[in-house]
Amino acid sequence: MIVPIIFLIICIVGSFFTGLPFSFLFDEMVIRLARNLVLVASLILPVITGLGLNFAITLGAMAGQIALIIITNYSIGGTTGFFLSLLISTPFAIIFGYLVGRVLNKAKGKEMITSMVLGFFANGIYQLIFLLLCGTIIPVRNESLLLSSGVGIINTIDLANIKYSLDSLLPVTKYPIATLLVSLLVFIFLHFILKTKLGQDMRAVGHDMEIARVSGINVDRTRIISVIISTVLAAWGQIIFLQNIGTMNTYGSHEQVGLFAVASLLVGGATIEKASWKEALIGTFLFHLLFVISPLAGQNLLGNAQIGEYFRVFVAYGVIGLALVLHAWEKNKARTKLSDVKE
Amino acid sequence: MKELIDKIGLPRFIIILFLIFLMALAIYLNIPISDLITDILVRFGMNSILVLAMVPGIQAGIGINFNLPLGIIFGLIGALVSIEFKLSGFTGFFVSILIAVPLAAIAGYFYGKMLNNVKGQEMTVGNYIGYSVVSFMCIFWLLAPFRSPELIWAYGGSGLRVTVSLESSMAHVLNNFLAFKIGNVTIPTGLLLFFALFAFLVWLYSQSNNGLSMKVAGSNEKFALSNGIDVNRQRIKGTVISTVLAAIGIIVYSQSFGFLQLYNAPLYSAMPAAAAILIGGASLKRATIVHVLVGTVLFQSLLVVALPVINVIAEGSMSEVIRIIVSNGIILYALTREGGQTA
Repeated sequence: MIVPIIFLIICIVGSFFTGLPFSFLFDEMVIRLARNLVLVASLILPVITGLGLNFAITLGAMAGQIALIIITNYSIGGTTGFFLSLLISTPFAIIFGYLVGRVLNKAKGKEMITSMVLGFFANGIYQLIFLLLCGTIIPVRNESLLLSSGVGIINTIDLANIKYSLDSLLPVTKYPIATLLVSLLVFIFLHFILKTKLGQDMRAVGHDMEIARVSGINVDRTRIISVIISTVLAAWGQIIFLQNIGTMNTYGSHEQVGLFAVASLLVGGATIEKASWKEALIGTFLFHLLFVISPLAGQNLLGNAQIGEYFRVFVAYGVIGLALVLHAWEKNKARTKLSDVKE
Repeated sequence: MKELIDKIGLPRFIIILFLIFLMALAIYLNIPISDLITDILVRFGMNSILVLAMVPGIQAGIGINFNLPLGIIFGLIGALVSIEFKLSGFTGFFVSILIAVPLAAIAGYFYGKMLNNVKGQEMTVGNYIGYSVVSFMCIFWLLAPFRSPELIWAYGGSGLRVTVSLESSMAHVLNNFLAFKIGNVTIPTGLLLFFALFAFLVWLYSQSNNGLSMKVAGSNEKFALSNGIDVNRQRIKGTVISTVLAAIGIIVYSQSFGFLQLYNAPLYSAMPAAAAILIGGASLKRATIVHVLVGTVLFQSLLVVALPVINVIAEGSMSEVIRIIVSNGIILYALTREGGQTA
């Protein structure tokens, strides 16, 4: 529990220096929680299944963006457009998740670095398709989506059609109630999955693959299912995220998804082997609070907003690095102890 | 045919075929071949020491050293200090190296110590430690007390420039040293000799008693232990050599490029180097100088030839896309191989 407490202290001290009113911070945090929780939640199952942090949720985010490009191509907007994009993204995400699962099964013990490189690799394929094949081999109906040369999708897509389509679905207050409800549903769904036979299998595989195999669990299949669910949730999460932002950076919006989601989860006190909805919630809150206050705190404390910007990137990378080191360290210690006993 | 593929390996076979195809296209499109060869030679010399830095890491058993940015940072600091003192030409170049090497060695020592505590996760940990170091140094570049007008913004803005021109200090010192022309092809003699020197030193070391112990420690820990080799010490040695080579590598790279790239530039620097050595036929467990030579030549030729050819026949961004797909594809391929199998 030490990590979230440290971050809480940093945030409290930092917010004192920003001089931002509490109500502003509160509103900002509610919005940020709503738009990020599903993405962070998508990481939970792979952690439990022993795959570590699934940096390949980038592929899920791509599936979401593919769906958004498709609905923009047919100019379908509003709530219909939003739910249609969820629907379209799902088969893409299932296929991507299956492929990621297959690859990660071939790289047991190196899942995290592999999932990360896989994200970069998929980004190359994604660019190949949307930068070069769209408008040439793949017909694009909506010409405003294409670059002026007629080949490739434009860099920034305006999602005005579906902006706030989920956030303001239940316009009771100014807060995005519907989005928060959806996040809640996702958490309940994850909780429910973990109670089923499949969920128990995931825990068993995560605990020890050999023992799980001996007790008759299809380890590879369980791992693939876990990654598929993670990828689908990431696709939905990315759509929810982008409907709040309102514009999509075609070649950039997905790149940082893995990094920020992973950092959020770890800030909440999760480890490579243990994660739940609590860590996701606490972590998303703290990480984004830091995100909001650090540029202003940097400005007021050191007279340079740029420092705050770099600081928050450093925190994102640093917290992941630190968590990985501490975890591997503890595991190594445990291993030495076991061998000492044997000898 | 099948024997040939087995002998040189499928990825290399595909890349060679692709390269031949691009070369043929270049000739067909009347792109001056002498320019291409000049470019290949220069880019080979520029990148080869960074690729060479991968060798001791793999030999010592820490896998691909994704923490190349650690060494690179100290190389940059060395160069910055030498510019601050208005050194130029070979004096500036060698002073940069003299400053960078001890710093990199110290950092590499502590990094190696840390890696000994995270055995099995070196690549993931290294990657995020590298990212953290780079983002931390972004803050350092902003606050660093350099005064030379070459280094800081001419007006407004605080901290060091994003790219520092080396035109008035050490640009091209190696490239131009003893350079001569064969027809229209310029041979950057100094650059190639400098690489040859370091390749020879690394080779010499790997043949020495010390180097053999390091290789044994890297390939079989238990066997090394039973022969009285201090595995942890050997791993630290490999890490230190790799980090020092990275520091020297970036100075060589920058003098050829003509600019120092600060801030986020070193973030992904390990990727092309890793890709090159793996293309050359190295695996996560085995790497030699031949792999460096073959890999760097193939990878850099691919990049050099692809750019003008693709500019003529398709969108310019295509060559960047090819770079992403090839470099991450080959790393992915190596990660999903069993144990020490060659990529």
